[in-house]
This record gives sequence, structure tokens and C-alpha cells, in this order.
Amino acid sequence: MNSDENKKDDKQKISENIEKTVSGEKKGSVLLKLFLTTLYISAFTFGGGFVIVTFMKSRFVDKLHWITESEMLDLTAIAQASPGAIAVNAAILVGWRAAGFFGMITAVTGTVIPPIVIISVISLFYKAFASNKYVSLVLKGMQAGVAAVIFDVVCSLGASVVKEKSAFQIIVMIAAFIASVIFDVNVIFIILAAAVLGVIYWAAEKRRAKSR
Amino acid sequence: MTVYIQLFFSFLQVGLFSVGGGYAAMPLIQSQVVEKYAWLTMNEFTDLITIAEMTPGPIAVNSATFVGIRIAGIPGALTATFGCIFPSCIIVSLLAFVYYKYKKLSVLQSVLSSLRPAVVALIAGAGLSILNIVVFGSNAVSFSNIEIIETVIFVVAFIVLRKFKLNPILVMSCCGAAGLFANLLAENL
Repeated sequence: MNSDENKKDDKQKISENIEKTVSGEKKGSVLLKLFLTTLYISAFTFGGGFVIVTFMKSRFVDKLHWITESEMLDLTAIAQASPGAIAVNAAILVGWRAAGFFGMITAVTGTVIPPIVIISVISLFYKAFASNKYVSLVLKGMQAGVAAVIFDVVCSLGASVVKEKSAFQIIVMIAAFIASVIFDVNVIFIILAAAVLGVIYWAAEKRRAKSR
Repeated sequence: MTVYIQLFFSFLQVGLFSVGGGYAAMPLIQSQVVEKYAWLTMNEFTDLITIAEMTPGPIAVNSATFVGIRIAGIPGALTATFGCIFPSCIIVSLLAFVYYKYKKLSVLQSVLSSLRPAVVALIAGAGLSILNIVVFGSNAVSFSNIEIIETVIFVVAFIVLRKFKLNPILVMSCCGAAGLFANLLAENL
């Protein structure tokens, strides 16, 4: 009860904060700060979406107080559940919250500029790079490393699916693997089929709960 | 012009169907970029994933830039990247709106609980094709074509990652060094 009230207070405070910044003369400076923050976070976080969400929390929740902690958790869940890169999705949500539509555009731009610049520079050198004997030997070793990293991730993710002890999920996992690796079914079809199965399963569960 | 349209729609599909972040985009990128349009060979794709892993930024955005710039220069990179983030901008904005209005959606959670295992399986599939490149190079799959050094590096790296949970970037750097020294040593023996 108490924490709920606190949450409400927090939310109110923050929306007041945001209203102040949006309606007041400070909108330009909010956008600038949003741009620089997302640019900075995106340029220095290695290791994917979850890491970037942690950085965003420390900036936007703890430092700038634009978002409450519980709201950040919800935003993280939406960012993960939506299609696309988690970092981009999180930037979209934070941007909307901080400064509306232009905030969203600003945050997304800040997030994608560092990878575009870094990869552009690398790709210019890639041809010369990859044809160098020593570099290609290093790359070959690193390819072996990346394969290991991917299988490590697959093992962790797979274990967490198995841990749920849902026969439905395990069957979906095995069926998707067989469809993709053995029958070479298009990835998009597999994802759509899984989504449809999810809806059917949800409807069946609901019916079962009703008849009980 | 067609090449920009192809780049845009191809990465639009990557952005639209990769749910779960990070590695979830990998099988989609492979199917578009290697299998459908042959913009990259499997070997180049493996290099791309390696580079994406070593640099900041989401794999999907890194790949869009890399492929776009090789096919159609800087405008190509921007087109592909825009295609890749465009579905997110619309869907995430809509979801945020719905979420703030209705809070929880049990359908969405059920769809996710069914998508997650499928995505794990697809990542495993993409991982297998990368492993194929590592173990057999660009040669046919047969016992005599096994690249011993790379296979050993893979096995050791996998065990190290599973057992000690070391930083992946550190492990990959060590693998790069091991690949260089082991191959040079093998040549000089």
C-alpha cells in the first residue's frame, strides 16, 4: 500500500518534472542532454541490450531523475518483448518519456550514430584487413571464439527454457530447431508459427481456466 | 534505386521479426543477407558477427551498416539502418501507449513464452552454420577437412566460457591471439 502511494508520488513528481521541461524554455536543453547521454551510452557499452539497459537506469533514473525505478523495469520489459534491438527499443521508450516525439527521434539518433560510425570505419578497412595473412589468422581464431560465445548463450537460454518445465515450450524449441536446421524452413515462418501457437495456447489455457 | 529498396525491406524484416534482442537478429540477418540476396558469403557473415561482437552497438544495427556500406556506400548504410530500426519505432511506440493504458496484457506474455524457445532454437541453428565455417573452413563437410587448430580453440573457449563465465570479449581476444600463434607455429614446424 505504502509503496504504491510512494510510487504514485514519484510518478507525479516526475511527470511534473517532465511537463516543466517540455512546456518550459528548457526543451532544447533536454533534447541536447538526451542526445549526448544516449550517444555516450551507446558508444561505450559492449555486450548487448541488457548491459545498455543497466547504464540507462543509472543515467536516467539515478542521475537525471527523468524516470522512476519501477517505470524503468516496465520499460525494460517492453523493450525486450518488442521486435528489434533492445538498445534501440529502450531509447525509443526513454525518449518518449523525456520529451515526446522529438525526444524519441533524438534518443534513437543518439543510439545509432556510434555503431554506424564505428562499423563504417571498420568496413572501409575490412577488405585490406581480411586479405592480410596475419589479420586473417587472428580473425579465424576469433571466429572460433564467437562460435563458442554463441553456444554458451544458447546453453544458458536453453537451460532457462527447460527450467520453466513447460512441455509446450520444450516442444516448440525442438520443433523450431528441426524445422530450421533439418528442413531449412524460412526463419520468418518459424517465428510467425511460434507467435500463432502462443495465441492458441493462451486461448486454450483461458478456456480451461473457465471450465474449471 | 532497386538496391536501396532491397536493402530497406530486407533489414525491415530483420527489425520486424527479431524478438528478444541481441542474438535473435542473427538467424534473420543470415537468411536475408547470405541466403536470399548473397550480399555476403558465409565466411564474411561470420567475420561480421565477430566484428559486431567486438564493437559496441546492437548486432542488427552493426550488420545493417556493414552490409549497406559494402553494397551501396554510406547512403546504403543509412538506408539499411533506417529499415532495421523503423519497425521498432512504430511497434514500441504503440506498445508503450497500450501498456500505459491497460498495464498488463496476458496475450502478449503468452506469445512471448512461445517465441522465446523458438528464438533459442533459431540462434542455435545460426550458431551451427558459424561452427561449420570454423570447423571445416569453406570446404565440404568431411572428416579429412577438419581444421584442427580452430576446432580445438572452439572447444577450449566453450569450456572456459561455461565454467568460468569470463567476459566474452576477453575470451574472443585470446582466441584471436591463439589462432595467430598456433597457425604460425604449425606452418614453421
